[in-house]
Amino acid sequence: MRASFVFSEVITGLRRNVTMTIAMILTTAISLGMLGGGLLFVRTIDKMKVSYLDDVEVTVYLTEDISANDQNCTGEPCASIRQSLENNQAVESVVYEDRAEAYERFKRIFEGQPELVELARPEALPASLHVKLFDPARSEVLLQEYTGQPGVANVDDQNKFLDRFFNLLNAGRNGTFIVALIAALAAVLLIANTIQVSAYTRRTEVGIMRLVGATRWYTQLPFLLEAVVAGVLGAIIGLGGLVALKYVVLDRILAATGGAIPKIELIDVLFPVAPILLGVSIIISAVTGYVTLRLYVRH
Amino acid sequence: MIRLDSVSKVYKTSTRPALEGVSVDVDKGEFVFLIGPSGSGKSTFLRLLLREEAPSKGRVMVSNFDVAKMPRRKVPRLRQTIGCVFQDFRLLANKTVAENVAFALEVIGKPKHTITKVVPEVLELVGLEGKADRMPNELSGGEQQRVAIARAFVNRPLVLLADEPTGNLDPDTSQDIMLLLERINRTGTTVLMATHDHSIVDSMRRRVVELHLGKVIRDDKRGVYGVGR
Repeated sequence: MRASFVFSEVITGLRRNVTMTIAMILTTAISLGMLGGGLLFVRTIDKMKVSYLDDVEVTVYLTEDISANDQNCTGEPCASIRQSLENNQAVESVVYEDRAEAYERFKRIFEGQPELVELARPEALPASLHVKLFDPARSEVLLQEYTGQPGVANVDDQNKFLDRFFNLLNAGRNGTFIVALIAALAAVLLIANTIQVSAYTRRTEVGIMRLVGATRWYTQLPFLLEAVVAGVLGAIIGLGGLVALKYVVLDRILAATGGAIPKIELIDVLFPVAPILLGVSIIISAVTGYVTLRLYVRH
Repeated sequence: MIRLDSVSKVYKTSTRPALEGVSVDVDKGEFVFLIGPSGSGKSTFLRLLLREEAPSKGRVMVSNFDVAKMPRRKVPRLRQTIGCVFQDFRLLANKTVAENVAFALEVIGKPKHTITKVVPEVLELVGLEGKADRMPNELSGGEQQRVAIARAFVNRPLVLLADEPTGNLDPDTSQDIMLLLERINRTGTTVLMATHDHSIVDSMRRRVVELHLGKVIRDDKRGVYGVGR
């Protein structure tokens, strides 16, 4: 096979049909850009999960009776609750926090709002057991086991709150993927249409090629490569868009969250998002091209 | 070289067979006219040889190829042994004369040094030396048909199929084209030409196979267009 011939046919094809080619490249770029955005969403959520779940605790708040009378958690039922937690296979550590310590922590947290600290009294804050789990995601079991036990006022699972937060992010991710999918469908239809138009405008060439005994690869590879070249250009533009979005918009917004949502690094875009987008663009355009040629172009 | 054995072809869209029980043998190096009115099956005959269509019944052999039975992937090899010329020339308007001829070799993967050697040779054979760089629209009809013949012949096919090659040309030019086809035939290439051109068939006195409503009604060794003319 003569590469120079195939290559020049590809260039001619893309230039001959330039408006369609641009539409095809842009749609692919939007679709792949959205897909890349979705992947960055996933990456960010993963990063946040790692950093947040490390600190996630289940807090077992003790009743007023214990909070007021059992300062070191040595009496019943506090001691046995603590013992049972420490014996639990899933539990990494248990720390008891009495009323005074809870008040100290409250003051630290609300340093910036002295009027709130002034209003609060240590008597209003319950003593608690701060439980760290080996696998924070399994907090549900602990919640079920200790809620309603004698001496337990209520069990608070920070994971629950984080779940709501992550659900919001997941919804954002899913939305991005859905739009990416719709744009991908548009891109696939455009690729199919462009190849048909391209094959039609070159029907004389293709007819002659068939008659003189060119193989199917020779007649159809230029069309296939046309689709792949457009797909790859789309992926590159999509990636460029993501990088621009990071520097122009996202960096500033994420910095404003004060680190609550981690910054998206350039390396996150370059790996693994870039190779995935390039791979997806090549596969989608090649498969679409191949199927279109099989269905519409006679050999 | 070419053998059709009880070949029938029925198109899905038609009730009448395009060809019915056609048996024809053409030897290597023969020059055969295929004549008959429109719709008599001449084009179908040629299309079967190229495996553009498969026969509904019967056997088609071209050289050593069992055309009807061969797998699709081998069709290009069959077509590389057959050259084709058409009434409407089918040249690529955006390529020069030489490029049009070279195209036929490029797309079957011939190496560049072969192409640069044989293209001028074949252009000389068809009498177009010095016009290699012209565009098709700068040539007369006869010259355009010469380019088409050069393209069909450049890969030295065993068989040359010509479908009304003089249909768009005036009588003098037609004569020139026929001389060229005869010259190609003398190199040993089998030529099969479908035509309506009485005067050419009558003047050449070659083998004539006449089709009518899909059947062979005449096969004369040195025939004329109409019987009794």
